[in-house]
Amino acid sequence: MKTLGFILQKEFRQILRDKTILAMMFAMPIMQLVILPLAANFEVKNVNVAYVDHDHSSYSKELADKIASSGYFKMLGNSSSYGEALEMIEYGTADLVLEIPSGFERNLVREKYQKVNLSVDAINGTKSSLGSVYLMQVIAEFNRNLDVNIKSPNGKTAVPRAKISVKNINWYNPRAEYKYYMVPGILVLLLTLIGGFITALNIVREKEIGTIEQINVTPIQKWQFILGKLIPFWLIGMIVFTLGLLVMYLVYSISPQGGLLILYTFGAVYLIALLGFGLLISTFADTQLQAMFIAFFFMMIFMLMSGFFTSTDSMPDWAIAVSNLTPVTHFIKVVRLIVLKGAEFAQLKRELVYLALFAIALNGFAIWNYRKTT
Amino acid sequence: MENKAISCKNLTKQFGDFKAVDRVTFDVEQGEIFGFLGANGAGKTTAMRILCGLSFPTSGEATVAGFDVYKQQEQIKKNIGYMSQKFSLYDNLTILENIVFYGGVYGVSRVDIKIRSDELISTLGLEKEAKKLVGELPLGWKQKLAFSVAIFHRPKIVFLDEPTGGVDPVTRRQFWDMIYQAAESGITVFVTTHYMDEAEYCDRISVMVDGRVEALDSPTNLKNKFQTDTMDNVFYQLARGAKRADS
Repeated sequence: MKTLGFILQKEFRQILRDKTILAMMFAMPIMQLVILPLAANFEVKNVNVAYVDHDHSSYSKELADKIASSGYFKMLGNSSSYGEALEMIEYGTADLVLEIPSGFERNLVREKYQKVNLSVDAINGTKSSLGSVYLMQVIAEFNRNLDVNIKSPNGKTAVPRAKISVKNINWYNPRAEYKYYMVPGILVLLLTLIGGFITALNIVREKEIGTIEQINVTPIQKWQFILGKLIPFWLIGMIVFTLGLLVMYLVYSISPQGGLLILYTFGAVYLIALLGFGLLISTFADTQLQAMFIAFFFMMIFMLMSGFFTSTDSMPDWAIAVSNLTPVTHFIKVVRLIVLKGAEFAQLKRELVYLALFAIALNGFAIWNYRKTT
Repeated sequence: MENKAISCKNLTKQFGDFKAVDRVTFDVEQGEIFGFLGANGAGKTTAMRILCGLSFPTSGEATVAGFDVYKQQEQIKKNIGYMSQKFSLYDNLTILENIVFYGGVYGVSRVDIKIRSDELISTLGLEKEAKKLVGELPLGWKQKLAFSVAIFHRPKIVFLDEPTGGVDPVTRRQFWDMIYQAAESGITVFVTTHYMDEAEYCDRISVMVDGRVEALDSPTNLKNKFQTDTMDNVFYQLARGAKRADS
């Protein structure tokens, strides 16, 4: 125990002395939490629509107004021809072309049928697909409210046909704001970076300088060395987690719906798992460059597979299996459930078991793979 | 065998087909300054790593301070000090902090650390630098400090792997004065070096060629045996036959 005290004293002295790393450890999370959620936004706004109106009727104008007032679109004025509008797509000024053929109003009234042409720039996938879906909803709405559909053909005002209207309510995130989804995710990512990268680099650095050999020739026991590395970074991770929660509250006014105690319990276990992961990398890598690349490789998988960007439910089965094998997936899920939904401990027991298993497996493997004598 | 500081019998370390250390047999007496010579790649460092408990031998027997190198490595580590050719103190800790850390992990109490470090710093004349980072010290001072730290916990044996590499002759001389003092206080010194003048300072030396110990005696006896008056020539005659490329 005494030995561990000396090791911890040394580790804290070194960490506190390196002002650059220290600043990065605290400034990076705060900056990222403040900036990223504002920029990384999946909401589609400002879809630029080139409106080609060959009909110039009251119906076509009404539709244009309706699109413009929906709040998602920016009308780029009337283009005189489809070709001209396509040019705007080529130059990137327009995202969608909506072409209204001549006879639009006449056909709707007489034939009760009319086609319109919608062309989409599919390079920006999210914007174009969501944009066209929104636009089609607006057109459908317009269609429902048309006079011809409400009035009976003989001129008498008839009882409007029964309509089923679906009203959406977004539970747990009433205004469907992206930040509520994004901010807890970024918080998790930050913990992951600190836990995974910094421990790995720290230990590999001792290998590079050669001090690890000096450590290996002392009577320091394996568990003492490893705890000496884990405890300081665990503490730093918890401080960063706390800072993150503060930023979340102060900047985004998001306060966890669930208890802080279970949030911290999960945070603590998750950090142990991640530190074990960093430790494991350090037992394989001989240089900081190698450690960086290995860590980066896994971080990419973690980021893309964890449900941070895209919902894991819509992944193919094999991807869901992979996703479940990363601790990040479980922690992101838990944090969102606790922060947004106020989930209780009883509902999350399974996730805690998963995270604990990760912690035990990763650390166990790392300790097994760390050799004082080769 | 119990009275020997180090005892090796047919000690072998094999990497695949390559015998880095090939059936090495020798004893080191307590309190002796034992020079461990050999060309680059002769297997000195490998042998030393086995004796320090950093590496498992492939076959043969060895004890260090009476402990077995297969099973009792952790006991060995408690009883030895080690200073490697790679510089082994923490550059981003001060002199005092390095002393406290290494003293502490060898089980020296905080009180004793305080007493001994004060003593050490005044002996080395580093009063003004004690709170400076080790990274800011000149190489010669770093080496002397690393040696002092390696014997701070009063080990039975200290292993020095090319301790004077890259330092000037005056500092080397001072370094050897420190080695003599350590030996006088009863610490067995096991040292590798490439400097033949340093070999002359040793009580006994062994010369390794291609993984084997080719000669082992006092410097005087070796010079007589090879009928020459310098250790340089002794070493040259032995190492000339080496097949392993300089690495």
